[in-house]
Amino acid sequence: MDRNEILHLEDKCRHIRRLIIDEIGKLGVGHVGGSLSTVEGLVVLYYKVMNIDPKNPKMQGRDRFVLSKGHAGPALYAVLADKGYFDVSELDTLNKPETNLPSHCDMLKTPGIDMTAGSLGQGISCAVGMAKASKIKKDNAYIYSMVGDGECQEGQVWEAAMLAAHNKLNNLIAFTDNNRMQIDGPTGEILGVDPIEDKWKAFGWNVFSIDGHSIEAIYSAIIEAKKSTDKPTMIVLNTIKGKGVSFIEAMGAANHSMPVSEEQRIKALEELK
Amino acid sequence: MYENMEMRQVFGNLLEELMEKDERIVVIDADLAKANGTMNLRKKFPERAFDVGVAEQNMASVAAGMAAYDFVPFICTFTPFATRRICDQVAISITYAKRNVKIVGTDPGISAELNGGTHMSMEDIGVLRSIPNMVIFEPVDAVQLAKALPQIVDYEGVVYIRMFRKSFPLVFDMDYKFDLFKADVLREGKDVTLYATGIMVKEALEAADELSKEGITAEVINVHTIKPIDKETVAASARKTGAAVSCENHNVIGGLYSAVAEVLINECPIPVKAIGVQDHFGEVAKIDYLRKKYKMTSQDIVEAAKEVIKKKR
Repeated sequence: MDRNEILHLEDKCRHIRRLIIDEIGKLGVGHVGGSLSTVEGLVVLYYKVMNIDPKNPKMQGRDRFVLSKGHAGPALYAVLADKGYFDVSELDTLNKPETNLPSHCDMLKTPGIDMTAGSLGQGISCAVGMAKASKIKKDNAYIYSMVGDGECQEGQVWEAAMLAAHNKLNNLIAFTDNNRMQIDGPTGEILGVDPIEDKWKAFGWNVFSIDGHSIEAIYSAIIEAKKSTDKPTMIVLNTIKGKGVSFIEAMGAANHSMPVSEEQRIKALEELK
Repeated sequence: MYENMEMRQVFGNLLEELMEKDERIVVIDADLAKANGTMNLRKKFPERAFDVGVAEQNMASVAAGMAAYDFVPFICTFTPFATRRICDQVAISITYAKRNVKIVGTDPGISAELNGGTHMSMEDIGVLRSIPNMVIFEPVDAVQLAKALPQIVDYEGVVYIRMFRKSFPLVFDMDYKFDLFKADVLREGKDVTLYATGIMVKEALEAADELSKEGITAEVINVHTIKPIDKETVAASARKTGAAVSCENHNVIGGLYSAVAEVLINECPIPVKAIGVQDHFGEVAKIDYLRKKYKMTSQDIVEAAKEVIKKKR
């Protein structure tokens, strides 16, 4: 990946963060922290890696993405809108009556959403099912998914982990948005999930642990993951909840779902210029 | 052709035929393939028939993911694990997301016998009946199961199949015309209606024989699909007879009695008595013992029928 491309994708991340702040800010409340922490992962996937066509969201043989931490929907909606799956102006409808953009991802409503998710632990299982399906169909697709570190407290995540490894699903590349926060406080204080990398290794996965806000590191890890011949891959993205807006980052766990005043929206957008 | 065959054997054979014809069908088990008759499918379809281990919630969501890839998964386990244990995965991954998954629960209610109270689902119909768009089907015998499975595959949506898995005397013959969404009038009568499902259909038919000896004609209706219930057939019979007994191998709260009463309260309020599990858990014992202890025999149905007839206005 050359320098210019990295700079371009970093610009894209700033733009996506502005869209997120705007869509949640205009509503006045939402899952800000865990949306902002996912941005680099989503941008590398949707602007560099995935075989997709925004004009044909259900293209046969496409790569798919399951946002298992479905509450980061607003981040994914910003990416999908910017990619042209639907008009950017639709972001203003987030969580308003009759919207196609509900808090948690819904495949029946939003073009480009490959799986409904939001009840934590389920999306990663769905992604395992898709990876298995892709192997049967031999369509050479890659299935991507993202879980939260708090979400890894769900037992179902580890059932999915075992099945993926047992079936040697090397076409499954998952991410942990390891922002170390959950609703009730720091993950380490509520129910520690460390050592998260060792857990995934012990479950038979190919594991990377990287700076989750580095475009270059994320891209390199995905390229390495694709070399796996017999294991699914977990890329632990070490991230900051609320990344990109200093006063939101400083709130820590309180930014999970937070009110955003008009003043805060403008202040955040200033910082993201 | 199904005499003396266990339901699970018939089920496995039928799935094999359907999988040959339809490449979309996959069969997923959670360590009960031997119990449910699906083990042999793995020889013929090593990719499309597989086990997820003892992990039912994962099984449900994996199936939803495969359905998003246009497969038609059958997920198979015992009734309590197919429903109450994985209620949220069934509700959200599968049903809320409108994934075309077929859920197979075996050993319903007292038929779990020696596995006892932990494995006796008295509430599975009630759990699933409150989830929108869910179709709940309980076969009476192997013939009905055989007639139903192709229709269930053709139906685009979630179906719960609540299946007795061992040998059961045949109630239907091969000429039987089946419609997944239409209740069957097995016997016509004018004095009382017996609504029955699953293993209780045989008891209801025997009760009708018994009642006829006393000059009472009972109409026997097999409500094989409890949701969506065939309101027309249920209400038409009630209008004709004016009294009814519901007969189910399930808690009388949330199951067939509730479903029938919900129809009749609006369409044709009549006296209805409930034969079934009277809101308690199960226990270890053979089915015949439990049927007597829980007052689910044909004789109990006869007595209930006489009581509701007395209450007619």
